[in-house]
Amino acid sequence: MSGALASGCAAPVGIERPVLRERGQREVFCGLTGIVWLHRKIQDAFFLVIGSRTCAHLLQSAAGVMIFAEPRFGTAIIEERDLAGLADANAELDRMVAQLLARRPEIRMLFLVGSCPSEVIKLDLARAAQRLDTAHGGQTRVLAWSGSGIETTFTEGEDACLASLVPGLPETDESRLLVVGSLPDIVEDQFARIFAALGITADFLPARRAGAMPAIGASTRYLLAQPFLGATAQAIEARGGRRIDAIFPFGAEGTTEWLHEAARAFGVDELHFRTTIAPLRERAKRALAPLRDRLAGKRISFLPDSQLEIPLARFLSTELGMVPVEVGTPYLHRGHMARELARLPADVRLSEGQDVDRQLDRVRADRPDLTVCGLGLANPLEAEGLATKWAIELVFSPIHGFDQAADLADLFARPLRRRDVLRLEGASCS
Amino acid sequence: MQLTLWTYEGPPHVGAMRVATAMEGVHYLLHAPQGDTYADLLFTMIERRGKRPPVTYTTFQARDLGKDTAELFQAAARDAIDRFAPQALIVGASCTAELIQDDPAGLMAAMDLDLPVIPLDLPSYTRKESWGASETFYQIVRHLADRTLAPPPREGRRPCVNLLGATALGFRHRDDVIEVTRLLNSMGVDVHVTAPMGASPADIARLGEADANVVLYPETADTAARWLERTFGQPMIRTVPIGHGATHDFIAEVARVLGIAADAPDASRMPWWSRSVDSTYLTGKRVFVFGDATHAIAAARVARDELGFTVVGLGCYNREFARELRAAAALYGVEPLVTDDYLAVEAAIAAAAPELVLGTQMERHIAKRLGLPCAVISAPVHVQDFPARYSPQMGFEGANVLFDSWVHPLVMGLEEHLLTMFRDDFEFADEAGASHLAAHAPAAPAVRTEESGSEAAADRPGEWTAEAEAELRKIPFFVRGKARRNTEIYAAERGLAPIGIDTLYEAKAHHAR
Repeated sequence: MSGALASGCAAPVGIERPVLRERGQREVFCGLTGIVWLHRKIQDAFFLVIGSRTCAHLLQSAAGVMIFAEPRFGTAIIEERDLAGLADANAELDRMVAQLLARRPEIRMLFLVGSCPSEVIKLDLARAAQRLDTAHGGQTRVLAWSGSGIETTFTEGEDACLASLVPGLPETDESRLLVVGSLPDIVEDQFARIFAALGITADFLPARRAGAMPAIGASTRYLLAQPFLGATAQAIEARGGRRIDAIFPFGAEGTTEWLHEAARAFGVDELHFRTTIAPLRERAKRALAPLRDRLAGKRISFLPDSQLEIPLARFLSTELGMVPVEVGTPYLHRGHMARELARLPADVRLSEGQDVDRQLDRVRADRPDLTVCGLGLANPLEAEGLATKWAIELVFSPIHGFDQAADLADLFARPLRRRDVLRLEGASCS
Repeated sequence: MQLTLWTYEGPPHVGAMRVATAMEGVHYLLHAPQGDTYADLLFTMIERRGKRPPVTYTTFQARDLGKDTAELFQAAARDAIDRFAPQALIVGASCTAELIQDDPAGLMAAMDLDLPVIPLDLPSYTRKESWGASETFYQIVRHLADRTLAPPPREGRRPCVNLLGATALGFRHRDDVIEVTRLLNSMGVDVHVTAPMGASPADIARLGEADANVVLYPETADTAARWLERTFGQPMIRTVPIGHGATHDFIAEVARVLGIAADAPDASRMPWWSRSVDSTYLTGKRVFVFGDATHAIAAARVARDELGFTVVGLGCYNREFARELRAAAALYGVEPLVTDDYLAVEAAIAAAAPELVLGTQMERHIAKRLGLPCAVISAPVHVQDFPARYSPQMGFEGANVLFDSWVHPLVMGLEEHLLTMFRDDFEFADEAGASHLAAHAPAAPAVRTEESGSEAAADRPGEWTAEAEAELRKIPFFVRGKARRNTEIYAAERGLAPIGIDTLYEAKAHHAR
């Protein structure tokens, strides 16, 4: 394990490591799923998917019981008559949006979210958003992005959403820090307090309200809080923002290094950084210690899901002594991931994309102690005797930062602990 | 376009998955974009299956659009056949693939495979999940049933029937099949094939050897059973044995169709439970019923005839069975509600002011919001309604299960009596909070519903005097909403304002039965 304070500026090495690229059946969510957490984050936004009954069914399945608490998302289900002609579909969309906004006048930002069906019939949602933005101008901003399965995988929906926000952000020439990627409020507040203590003025994208989105400009330095934000980063660069290269804030060391890079970029005094961060880092390490005893030496494989896999494998490997066997990711952004990759052990099998049946063959051959995978695969693998950790929880739970480090580690420790405590001889699945 | 938050049914290809997953040796090749695999977790999580559904998705992405997708489809077909060695393959398209117009049937025919390939045409933009399941089962039966077979002569053997309609993700299908099989066995009738649940293509081939078909769930079995009747001359047994009376009718129909004696031991405790004095308080309880047509119609009969409830609303979300639902609603003198819009259901429930709601997962949430007791009688349901314990809806044990699960959320007679007697006691005041029984405890939501429920606010013309308001609060919360409503209607009709204590009791006397 390398101390982050010492190795924070280590040059990325090992970028050219081999990656197994696969194509075939993918057992992943589409980008629409991002709506389920994004709508909790932006409190006065509504997400209107233009899609099929399948899209509505997916959101319902992913949102679980949340769907009943007056959710701020819905699906405009395309019907047979909409397929007859495009002009008609646009008129239908206008009618529906007017109806929706009349019923929910508190909505300040409306996202038209593209799906596979709307992409395939080439419904121009960007233009529709422009038209509707003008029509409802002043009251509600209307933007468009695509969460379709043919274009986006799971968390890439958030990337597309945030990227759609960037061009409309107000301009500023102030030198401020922009933290990019939606974080649970509690985590965002922790980071805001830390940055304030360091003397850095930090904004967060997305903000919690449509009217409070941060300003951006050529003096903006941005720090990614999530690894799946390639398009958003590009959009910010187009506005003049410059990225602060860092690993992602998972674990005691990961969070330290992430903060350290920001501190350096803003010229924070090194001693001030150390005295501010050290107690937080120590507290996180203390909380991690018992989990390290439990997890060290355990072998783990990740199936592709969220692009969080590589940073999480790094955290589990460097801070908890786990042994990554295969780390799969739906998409590998080599630039954003360079420092992470450099910290992964040399013998880790990296894979990008998926052919799920072949990948499962490898899992069965590897027999890792823990497999991180989606809910469609978890129970079937458990039935084969393999311990699993379902991946979606990693996107919905607070896992970033110092005070969540042990919670994050425990998400991986719990399924193993459960296997130890259960005494169910002769159990089989039906 | 139609604005939707909640959908009672998934798209039709999910119905096809329910049939494929229920069967053995059948594989479903689904032309679908990346992401449609979400449906797998319905089976692995809600139904807790230990195997992946037998579905291969072609998983096309934006870069594949164009002629590439057809090739992708054929490659996926080859891989699936090599890996899973199915005895039959069903092929079809999901909603997006329907738009790109690759032709799964044509593409498969061109591959010239030596296993039965059953193409499905499931129109995603006009039809839904149940229809998809029904159509898939019908196509499988039509393609695989051996038309040369016929039942052997009846001499020297027990009569036998096929049980049709049970699928994966079906509400209590697992235990209904066990219960109905036992019931038939107790009459001296054997089950020849159960399908689709547990059936292989070889089982489907020999459907024609049975004497009759039992249509357990018309939503999935009706089309196939009608075809079997036309093709093999097999009569259909159509009574759905949900409820004590319906189970007896089912036994009678089986006996009539097969020409045997109608005797099956009635082990049900439900009739006595319902006659016992503690159930007296169930009399006339106002119940609102919503679900799939089959379960809703059956539940309404049990509610009125076997529990003594008053049915104040009856509806279903599947239009395919709207006619049956309308006929049933006429029996109870209520307006039939055929809709898949949960907001319409919510409005109808609020307007009917029931004391118990029987419905789906969705009605459970509506009832929670309105502070009403509720029991689940139909899909869609969540994970807790795929229980580990034996809990059929059908047959005599099913009737026992219905009694327990519907009465449980209500305050039982003795408790209700005590609550009324001691209503001024501090322990029963609203502020006392929840009792240990979650079902009838939540004072807070009940009060909130009464104060802020849109329905109550809308027709509250009269002001209440402080004394009357205080008196009203002495009435137990679970009947207070009704008392308020009745009083206000009474006051409005007679132009009485403000509402005083006298008005409250005059209204009570007026509405007393």
